[in-house]
Amino acid sequence: MASSNIGVLLTIGVITVLVIRIIYVINRSRKPLHSKSPRSLSTLIVLGSGGHTAEMLNLLYVLQTERFKPRYYIAAATDNMSLQKHMCLRIPCSEALKEVGGAEFMQIYRSREVGQSYITSVGTTLVAIAHALWLMIKIRPQVILCNGPGTCIPLCVIAFLFKVCLLESDLFVLLTYLYCQVGC
Amino acid sequence: MGDIDDITKEKRVVFVTVGTTSFDALVRAVDTPEVKNELFKKGYTDILIQMGRGSYTPTRASAENGFPALDYFTFSSSIADYLKSASLVISHAGSGSIFETLRLGKPLIVVVNEDLMDNHQSELAEELAERKHLYCARPQTLYKTISDMDPGSLVPYQPGGAKPVAELIYRYLGFPED
Repeated sequence: MASSNIGVLLTIGVITVLVIRIIYVINRSRKPLHSKSPRSLSTLIVLGSGGHTAEMLNLLYVLQTERFKPRYYIAAATDNMSLQKHMCLRIPCSEALKEVGGAEFMQIYRSREVGQSYITSVGTTLVAIAHALWLMIKIRPQVILCNGPGTCIPLCVIAFLFKVCLLESDLFVLLTYLYCQVGC
Repeated sequence: MGDIDDITKEKRVVFVTVGTTSFDALVRAVDTPEVKNELFKKGYTDILIQMGRGSYTPTRASAENGFPALDYFTFSSSIADYLKSASLVISHAGSGSIFETLRLGKPLIVVVNEDLMDNHQSELAEELAERKHLYCARPQTLYKTISDMDPGSLVPYQPGGAKPVAELIYRYLGFPED
């Protein structure tokens, strides 16, 4: 009797703490970071297919890259165009080469392929989440840049969980929706 | 002799592109007598189709009475050159193709692929069509869109910059702004 009461109390306690923590994290995410001006932040950049990558590269081209170091790129294993090729379309190839040489480029399993049935998608999504977790633990970025390809969903979910559970309140996730240039 | 012919007959190319996708419905729709004839009536001399990963192969043809010449290829390392020399672009609804074409100031018909799930692409195409930057069609309505269109009435597109987004990021992270 007593032990089940304690069990119930404990569960309620943990859930309450989690809910408060989640509200705090969401609230704090709206405001700029208070910490003093950082020198450079390790950055994870999520690339999707076609238009997503093109728009992300547009942004990276105007960003002061000294502030975002070291840089890690993640793309889905099945997105066929290589990062370097993509970059050569937008910036001088010599700069593209330097970037690809100086950054780390990784591949992640995709949650779901275009046209894949929803049933099998459950399994592949779980694999993608596990893989994303592994990559996030390995990299532990301070900033994540992504603009909405499916590839970024497991990563963003895990980033949020890190913020809640691991008290990484300063982990900043920029999620811009693709096509913001047409008006969001 | 050939030079005189080239000068008097200026090539007006319709460039059809499906990007890295497979979009047989569009290629099929272009390769019909109705669409080809309509393009001919609008003054286009050549149709060039970039068919990507599609399985339907159009029929190569030289220009004949009532029809433009037709040629095709699968991929190119940069279709920018083809876009630059086109008088009209018919494209799948990929944002890369759309914005690259708009930046070059070319008249554009975007054809939405109805087989794609959760058609976020069609939202983009329809919004831009509403703003009169391009025409939006489905493979079945392509013929009508071509016959009704007036490319001169399209509004040029002013590209937005990424600078404001970068400034926002700096402010958020505590970096001094540029």
